[in-house]
Amino acid sequence: MTSNPKALEVVLAPELKGLELDGLLTGCRQLLEDIEFPTVRVWREHGGKVVGHFQVYFPEEIAHAAGTLPVRMRGAPVEPLQSDSRFGSYLCSILKTSLEVALSGKLELDLFVTHPICDAARNLAGVFGRNFDYPCQILYLPQNATSGHAATYLRGEYGRLLRSVEAVTGRQVHEEDLRKSIEVYNRNRSLLRELYRIKREAPWKIAADEAYALMAVGGLMLRDEHNELLETALAMIEARDTRRLDRIRVVFEGGFCEQPPLDLIRAIARSCYVVDDDLLIGMRWLLEDVPLGGDPLANLAHAYLETSSYSPVQHDDRKPKEDMLLRRIEGAEAQAAIVTAAKMCEPGLEEQVTYTRSLDAEGIPYFVSEFEENMTSFDHLEIQLETFVENLMFD
Amino acid sequence: MSSTATASLVGRGNADGARLFKEWFSELTGAAEENRNAAYVFVMGSLAELLRCFDLPIVFPEINSLQTAVRHVAHEYLSEAEDFGYSPDICGYVKADVATQLRGGAHPMGKIPKPGIAVYTNACNTYIKWAEIWERMYGCPIVTIDVPGSRAAGLRPGPGDPDYENDLRYVRVQLDELIPRLEAVSGVEFDIDRLRETLDHANTMARGWSRVLELNQARPAVFNALTDGTIYLGVSNCLRGTAQGARYFDDLVEEMEHKAREGIGTMSEELYRLLFVGVPCYPIFRRFGELFSEWGGNFVNSTYLWFASGGANEGFQYDLERPLDSLAEGLLSGVRDAMDSMFFQTDALLGMFQDFSADGVVYHPIKSCRTVSTGLADQRRETMSRADVPSLFIESDMMDRRVVSEAQLKNRIDAFFEGLAARRVQTAARST
Repeated sequence: MTSNPKALEVVLAPELKGLELDGLLTGCRQLLEDIEFPTVRVWREHGGKVVGHFQVYFPEEIAHAAGTLPVRMRGAPVEPLQSDSRFGSYLCSILKTSLEVALSGKLELDLFVTHPICDAARNLAGVFGRNFDYPCQILYLPQNATSGHAATYLRGEYGRLLRSVEAVTGRQVHEEDLRKSIEVYNRNRSLLRELYRIKREAPWKIAADEAYALMAVGGLMLRDEHNELLETALAMIEARDTRRLDRIRVVFEGGFCEQPPLDLIRAIARSCYVVDDDLLIGMRWLLEDVPLGGDPLANLAHAYLETSSYSPVQHDDRKPKEDMLLRRIEGAEAQAAIVTAAKMCEPGLEEQVTYTRSLDAEGIPYFVSEFEENMTSFDHLEIQLETFVENLMFD
Repeated sequence: MSSTATASLVGRGNADGARLFKEWFSELTGAAEENRNAAYVFVMGSLAELLRCFDLPIVFPEINSLQTAVRHVAHEYLSEAEDFGYSPDICGYVKADVATQLRGGAHPMGKIPKPGIAVYTNACNTYIKWAEIWERMYGCPIVTIDVPGSRAAGLRPGPGDPDYENDLRYVRVQLDELIPRLEAVSGVEFDIDRLRETLDHANTMARGWSRVLELNQARPAVFNALTDGTIYLGVSNCLRGTAQGARYFDDLVEEMEHKAREGIGTMSEELYRLLFVGVPCYPIFRRFGELFSEWGGNFVNSTYLWFASGGANEGFQYDLERPLDSLAEGLLSGVRDAMDSMFFQTDALLGMFQDFSADGVVYHPIKSCRTVSTGLADQRRETMSRADVPSLFIESDMMDRRVVSEAQLKNRIDAFFEGLAARRVQTAARST
């Protein structure tokens, strides 16, 4: 079901239709790494509007209900040729490449939204706003999650966002539109939970990089289409005849914002089963179905605060991050953790200290690393990781 | 005005500021030695006006950290925190504080008491991550007062607008929620009349701060915004809401009005009037200032004096008839102004350039602080595209001397002044 009249009429990634699993997963990878953003181009060619939102979490349902294509801006494998001169020296890569794809015209937007997730990202509304004519703004997700008024405030903030999106589309969004979009996204989150169940229960059926590509393309297409893709893929993954290997089970932590290159995830998958992770955690931030009854925006606000995951960029007394990581490891029956952070990512680097100390206290082995989305050499890291794994296996 | 008055007034603000600052650190040392727990706060939205009602010693960890740099020992603190596990690529203030905590509060200015509670806004995200460190170290409560900022440049809805009212209501409720937590930590019952008193003092200070900044439009300028201004800023933050602080700013206004009236500048010969954007280079603080003053360059204003005062530059006046409502309004307004002067500063900067008859702008992004530094290169591009504003862009750090190259800074600064001089000659030639 969809609220968007174009959603059923326009297929943004027709090349992914009718493929066998291997072909489909390869296609997802190619789409993900295509710096021309072909799905967004097709959408625009059909007259569609695009809402680009920076990591980590964004209530895409609101943009979807207005008939726009919400696009998750998660950087790209491009050189920051134009964007470099807009920033200082000591910054993470994702900021620069996200601006680069916009400045180079590869990703055309009608509205850009960032969030106060970190000191660098909150500057993006200003930076984008100075470089583009379309509206650029900050969505102030609440940082005092336990305030008794946080949900009411967020309901109001979502209302403000909705008005911004309506101004872009010139179309009024009704509650029923929002409910239909929530239903689409509930289905999407349910399918992603299923993907992660398979990762936990039968990780030999889907490698970490394959699962990642399958999930991540959802940020580039309407979730209606992503749902169809996931339904097709999940059935084939379940039926996949792959041999279980003697690999250690690990949790990957540190991919909540800037994403490690696919080749890095693949390198990890060569020696480990990644049974859970925080990659693109914003797509899985809401842990349960959002209720369809009542006020849709209030329901989304409540879900953001009360039934949600964790990340280093949200403080919530009820979700101490080190405890949440331990819970993730336990829930996935992992034997070890890979604790990473993107280079120059302050929240990630700060959390590494806490994570590793907690893991030490619990006697859980871990591997610490930093990454950058545009790194191209993984040999050194792979050797270190293999040594780490061997130490565990022969300990 | 007599020369006797000049002798007694000129330099008083700097001398009194230094004295008050030392006394404040002595009080903190006394509190630490008595094992009293403190309220840890930050400069952007400290809520000192409210916290003082609970007799809690107030600690500003940012100020403690920058003092380690000014006193040339920051590298020792940074190394200790990095040995503990913190990356070289995170905020140096955080690391200096971590080391201070690991040393049991030992600090070059005295001893810092441990936190009993931390209260901070979201004006800087690092505030939140920083407070989480104390939460883990001490198990103390930490409270985020979430102050939504402007959503886009120039978008600042006011009273009556539903978006403004939504934000204000959120801030107001959070203050209500904070008070019982402060009562529990301090054992002191909230007294709204005490709040009225501290708000009254804060009003005097904000009025004074705003007036002092305005007085630097005088030619020659009456103080240096980088060096003298940092002293005034320290008092503005550390003594916010106190009778001492109010008296200090009354005196400071008197001094600056006298200097403006008498044409007494802070430099013997002010050749260039500059604006400073960013955070000072504390590891070589004095030398950094000299690199400009040796050329006759004086900083007449800075965005630092705006955002690092938590927006006190606005001169917001609390309504003592409705203290808590007004505190919420002032907090929203001040913190929002502080954030705007970091993220959306172009209009304000261009206004400042005109009002202060400036000759140039010096941008100084630093490795340690992404809040301030991330957008500066882009803001400079916009400023230069909108007006004929000579500018200099130099990078270093507020804490870490490993990324401060004095020789490189000097080269760039010298070239900037040579450019300003050439520009002046060309302008003069065109007008004759």
